[in-house]
Amino acid sequence: MTPQEAVATLEAAHESRPGSRQPMIINLGPQHPSTHGVLRLITELDGEVIRDIHPVIGYLHTGIEKQCENKMYWQAITLVTRMDYLASFFNIHAYTAAVERLLELEIPERAEYIRVIMSELNRIASHLVWLGTSGLELGALTVMFYTYREREKALDLCEMISGERMNYRYFQVGGCSDDMPPGFEQRLRAFIDEMPARIDEYEGLLTENPIWVDRTKNVGVLPAEQLIDLGVTGPALRAAGVDLDLRKTTPYSGYEHFDFNVPLGTRGDAYDRYTVRIREMRESVRIIGQALDGMPEGGHIADDRKVVLPPRGELATSMEALIHHFKLVTEGFRVPEGEAYYSVESPRGELGCYVVADGSPKPRRVHMRDPSFVNLQALRPMARGSYLADLITMIGSLDNVMGGVDR
Amino acid sequence: MSEVAATIEAAVRGSVTEEVLHAGELTIGVAKERLLEVARFLKGPPLSFALLSDVTCADFPERPGRFRVAYHLLSLASGNRLRLRVWAGADAPEVESVTSVWPTANWHEREVYDLFGVRFRNHPDLTRIMMPLDWEGHPLRRDYPLGGEEVQFTDAV
Repeated sequence: MTPQEAVATLEAAHESRPGSRQPMIINLGPQHPSTHGVLRLITELDGEVIRDIHPVIGYLHTGIEKQCENKMYWQAITLVTRMDYLASFFNIHAYTAAVERLLELEIPERAEYIRVIMSELNRIASHLVWLGTSGLELGALTVMFYTYREREKALDLCEMISGERMNYRYFQVGGCSDDMPPGFEQRLRAFIDEMPARIDEYEGLLTENPIWVDRTKNVGVLPAEQLIDLGVTGPALRAAGVDLDLRKTTPYSGYEHFDFNVPLGTRGDAYDRYTVRIREMRESVRIIGQALDGMPEGGHIADDRKVVLPPRGELATSMEALIHHFKLVTEGFRVPEGEAYYSVESPRGELGCYVVADGSPKPRRVHMRDPSFVNLQALRPMARGSYLADLITMIGSLDNVMGGVDR
Repeated sequence: MSEVAATIEAAVRGSVTEEVLHAGELTIGVAKERLLEVARFLKGPPLSFALLSDVTCADFPERPGRFRVAYHLLSLASGNRLRLRVWAGADAPEVESVTSVWPTANWHEREVYDLFGVRFRNHPDLTRIMMPLDWEGHPLRRDYPLGGEEVQFTDAV
């Protein structure tokens, strides 16, 4: 039943039976601070119990996939960063790696390590936003002050390496745009040394806080089989005890070299999702430490002049480099015909990028399989029969980013 | 023919139309009429592709089938991935919905319908999802204009 039909049916029922007990329709969103963006929920309420909800999305649809078809491969990177704006590194990681797979391009090991470091730093930053906003929605205001304090440091590090604080255009087809700047490693080490104690602080505020526990335990529970049927991935699925982490099941970017655990929950409620994400941040800190310790020497980008821009310094002295540079910027590089689907484990689940190439310098189709979009489908079965107040907890616990949902 | 394709063909006769192994990814083309049977077979043992990651589509106006719907599957047991491809047809493109097999396909198929105009038979709620309900046209088709502004001057050097 479409939302419009639902509203019409209810109104008709209401007119035919005046005075009888009718469900009330409350429109939550699209502009509501608790919906993490522009999500509209048409809610049918019986008292304060939810009979049904109809999520309406598309308010943030930007047509990025359409625009990518009219941009060259290297230009489209800038566009895909704008999808899931809390995890930009993951978007461009999936996209660039898919294009690299089509080109059969080997990228240097050092670039892979830098990608892992930045992805895990981004995961921490994203989880911190989730924790702060979820706490804020349930009235734990202090948590947000604490998490945003550390997120600022993580963003400073991202800014140091890429020059941007939000839509990092740092990974390129072939590796990373630049090597780690001087002083970056020391600052990153200081950050990961400090982080475990900070995570303990958040835990001290929430983990045994009776209000937090009461508001999140046994809220938003779905059986694991149903979650898999609904395509839910990421912490929301692992909280139900399903051991699916793409970094382990289908390792990419050299994740198989790192020693880390996949946190799992047992009940699959909002509280378990909270503990899983908290433990994931701890694991990310460990992975960053190992990557820094084992950082291999070498270049930060592949040495393939057909795809990768020549170093800036050569342009003044080498005519060949100038020609390569001009050709790449004006015409782009051609990708042989084929299709590739590359998926990474983003903070929200499986983020896959599907690229169809037709031999021209522009992609025929770029599609992002965004975990937020898929996970949001689980909200309706989750919310039926629960209280309206718990709906806010559920939206928060799924950690949807509407930029990723609507693309 | 790979082992997976042979298994599918043995279970559902006349279903596999093509097979591509490119960049380490296995793609199997499926006949449009047999898609639902193949989907049911793939979800159960022995292959058990329990998770449907993604349903999407690409538009090839120059080819007879035009709309190529792609299904990305992941097996939780083995970690294997598989892509199914179905050509939906140029005029009145229509494919059988796999929502009854993988409920997650619901929104994916709505998105493909919304942006490409491919209809899914027996879909529980085939309405637009990204665009407003009264929107005309299907934006991701190749012949849909991109919009934007004309250049306002012509005397540029």
